[in-house]
Amino acid sequence: MESIARLLQLIPKYSELPEFLRALIPVVVSCVVVFALLALAVLFLVWMERKVSAHIQDRLGPMYVGGWHGWAQTLADALKLLLKEDIVPASVDRTLFKMAPFIVFLGAFAAYVVLPFGATSFVADLNIGILYIVAVGSLSVIGIIMAGWASNNKYSLYGGMRAAAQIISYEIPSAMAIMTVIIPVGSLSMVDIVNAQKGGIQNWFILRNPFTFLGFIVYFIASLAEVNRTPFDIPEAESELVAGYHTEYSGMRFAFFFLAEYANMFLVAGVATTLFLGGWTQVIPGSFIAPQLLPGPIVFFLKALLIIFVQMWLRWSLPRLRVDQLMYLSWKVLLPISFVLVLGVGCLAVYW
Amino acid sequence: MEVDYSGDVMTLNMGPQHPSTHGVLRLELKTDGEIVADAIPHIGYLHRCFEKLAENIDYPGIIPFTDRMDYCAAMNMELGYVLAVEKLMGIQINNRVRCIRIIMAELNRIASHLIAAGTYGNDIGSFTPFLWCFRDRETILDLFEETCGARLLYNYNWIGGLMYDVKPGFEKKVIDFIDYFEPQVGNLNKLLSDNYIFVKRTAAVGILSPEVAINYGVTGPNLRGSGVKFDVRKDEPYLGYEEFDFDVPVGKGDYGPVGSCWDRYIVRIREVKESCKIIRQAVAKLTPGDVHESIPKRVKPPVGEVYMRTEAPRGELGYYIVSEGGVKPHRLKVKSPCFTVMSAFREVSRGSMIADVIAILGSFDIVLGEIDR
Amino acid sequence: MLNYFRDIGLGIVTVLKSMGVAWRHLFTPSVTLQYPTQKWTMPERSRSKLFNKIEDCIGCGQCARVCPTNCITIQTEKRGKEEPEIFASDGTAIKLRTYVYDIDMTLCCYCALCTFGCPTHCLFMTGEYEYAVYDKVCHIYPFATEKQMISKTPKQQPAEKA
Repeated sequence: MESIARLLQLIPKYSELPEFLRALIPVVVSCVVVFALLALAVLFLVWMERKVSAHIQDRLGPMYVGGWHGWAQTLADALKLLLKEDIVPASVDRTLFKMAPFIVFLGAFAAYVVLPFGATSFVADLNIGILYIVAVGSLSVIGIIMAGWASNNKYSLYGGMRAAAQIISYEIPSAMAIMTVIIPVGSLSMVDIVNAQKGGIQNWFILRNPFTFLGFIVYFIASLAEVNRTPFDIPEAESELVAGYHTEYSGMRFAFFFLAEYANMFLVAGVATTLFLGGWTQVIPGSFIAPQLLPGPIVFFLKALLIIFVQMWLRWSLPRLRVDQLMYLSWKVLLPISFVLVLGVGCLAVYW
Repeated sequence: MEVDYSGDVMTLNMGPQHPSTHGVLRLELKTDGEIVADAIPHIGYLHRCFEKLAENIDYPGIIPFTDRMDYCAAMNMELGYVLAVEKLMGIQINNRVRCIRIIMAELNRIASHLIAAGTYGNDIGSFTPFLWCFRDRETILDLFEETCGARLLYNYNWIGGLMYDVKPGFEKKVIDFIDYFEPQVGNLNKLLSDNYIFVKRTAAVGILSPEVAINYGVTGPNLRGSGVKFDVRKDEPYLGYEEFDFDVPVGKGDYGPVGSCWDRYIVRIREVKESCKIIRQAVAKLTPGDVHESIPKRVKPPVGEVYMRTEAPRGELGYYIVSEGGVKPHRLKVKSPCFTVMSAFREVSRGSMIADVIAILGSFDIVLGEIDR
Repeated sequence: MLNYFRDIGLGIVTVLKSMGVAWRHLFTPSVTLQYPTQKWTMPERSRSKLFNKIEDCIGCGQCARVCPTNCITIQTEKRGKEEPEIFASDGTAIKLRTYVYDIDMTLCCYCALCTFGCPTHCLFMTGEYEYAVYDKVCHIYPFATEKQMISKTPKQQPAEKA
């Protein structure tokens, strides 16, 4: 935000604006910039998902729209969804039905406020940054339950109920896994966490000690469940619940759910990057690649993309768990492991 | 599993339009939360009056309609019918016709089991095996298309012979395909069959005990999955299957009780390998001959009745034909393997979860075209 | 307790195995064709759209009789004695004028039984599979030529028959 504020200073007569406008404009501008970049990133991720799935399945995926390997396919699909008729079924709870996609969308995008893309490129550096992400990230549950209930469809209701149970259960192991990083850093601020990992790959928390490495694995699994990806996609299990909570949605409202899903994917990948993979810091400090050529945000995006690729890879090679097995995994496997990890990290912090 | 069903029961109507009811089947689920207290199948959405229609068409004209019963295994469907009419008329076929019929039937069995395994993976939530299976099935369909011109509904087995002789080079193509395909089964096993999530989803689910299976008249891979070694090709050989060396794989309960969904699934995978063995032998036995040699000019069977049963990919397929000496059958009755296994569905699925209902349905590998006819 | 850890271990190992198989397939060449630009070569026995070479058709009606779905409609009349004799390409004398030869491709079940009954082999299935139309009526293909439709003796015209 500071960099944007500095850029805005270059506009002539900017300093003559009233005080409150000078405080407001940088916030709005940086939010719009982050939002626009994320919308682009989401469009790219949808395309990438199609390509990864296609190549794993010996296909090619989209190849026509836009010329080179169908790069404009998602753009065309998004336009198509926007142009479609906005169908609200007759017997739905209209207010909730219309509100739900936006709440899910809001929950996904609000968390980006504290995500540090680079040393200076972030909207805000809250001193409780990671706590904020955990809190806002679970806002989407409300939207999903609203969608499931308001649709007045039994499949949607099942999807909503499953999603609520699943996302809330997996909040706990993921929060505990985050603890393994917070304890050695001693701060909840995302920027502080990244700064603690400066100085190359050996300082990243994924390689710092076995506890944080396992913490990364636990966080990765739990975050998969939080964003409803295979093998934990039971809320929208298409072979059981048709499409889960968004069965009744079409057109733009469906597009919002879809965008929110991929935005969430990118969010958890970004959080994992920040916490465990050193955020925007270079892989090798003072490396042969000049830092100007590979600035922080691009390093960040590349690391996040790597995690997203693994998410996609998992999705296209694994079957789906059942509801009770999902709960078993959360409460009986991940939770005890994460407790042990927190204990181990705590001991290290005290006695090392 | 003992479950108390005293809670509120919600009726969930699964189908006829649902992604994983394998056609137009309607399941009426009485659910209590995620647990299904009762699953009542309603069939008949794809009823096309095959048996009545057959009474108004001459004998060769029925063959295209038998194709449309089990459209995943049309060769086997028409094979059963053709053998029944040949038995009624007392037609002897030569060795070439016999071997080509066996090759075609076994290739189609592989294709059908590939669909079964692929869609089962899809039901469990893994989409990739589906496309891998269809990739390999495509080669089989290409072979069929080259031989008889059609990819799905062949009308290839004729009464007393075959529509066309195979093209030169067909044997080599078949052997090449088998050589390529056999290692692919291992890949599929690594991706799906032995995946622990898949095992957990299917191994202790939908137990069909041998007694129940026999009581309901379940046949085919579903019965063999319950550990009963029964295969019409072995126990009542037709087309000279007794000359071929192959095993009848049965479910052993590798990951849990015998007769689970996983056993039924893995029996199909193992059967594919046995089919490969049969095809190799059949290609070796292929002798020159005329495939049109014993096709009768006019199909007019004598007065009488006949029952012929064959082993279709989904189980024992029976044709009962009553002839009154005309060019059309007086009565044609089909004993459908999918119909019998569907009747056992309610008992097997009671008390399971919604996800398990899909797993059980998928493991039965039903084709609605054959249930409803 | 031992089972618990065995479960976790087996889960991780088999998941990694599955991922390994999927990884290898990321780099195998695709098996699909880019359909509208690339096309299959249809085998010569391919069974798609029916075609009747009407000059060779003797109007015997074998095809209509054998068709299980009755998709072929044939109406014929005797050719007049004063008309010149014509022959099919295999030498069979054409004694009947086929003034209606319609095939309804919406009813056809592509069994190819009709093509085997044809004595002059004038009816056959082509490999053409792209013949979607906007109206169902367009799928009724008339094969009789205009020349055949016009009868020399006016009283045998189909319109007057009706």
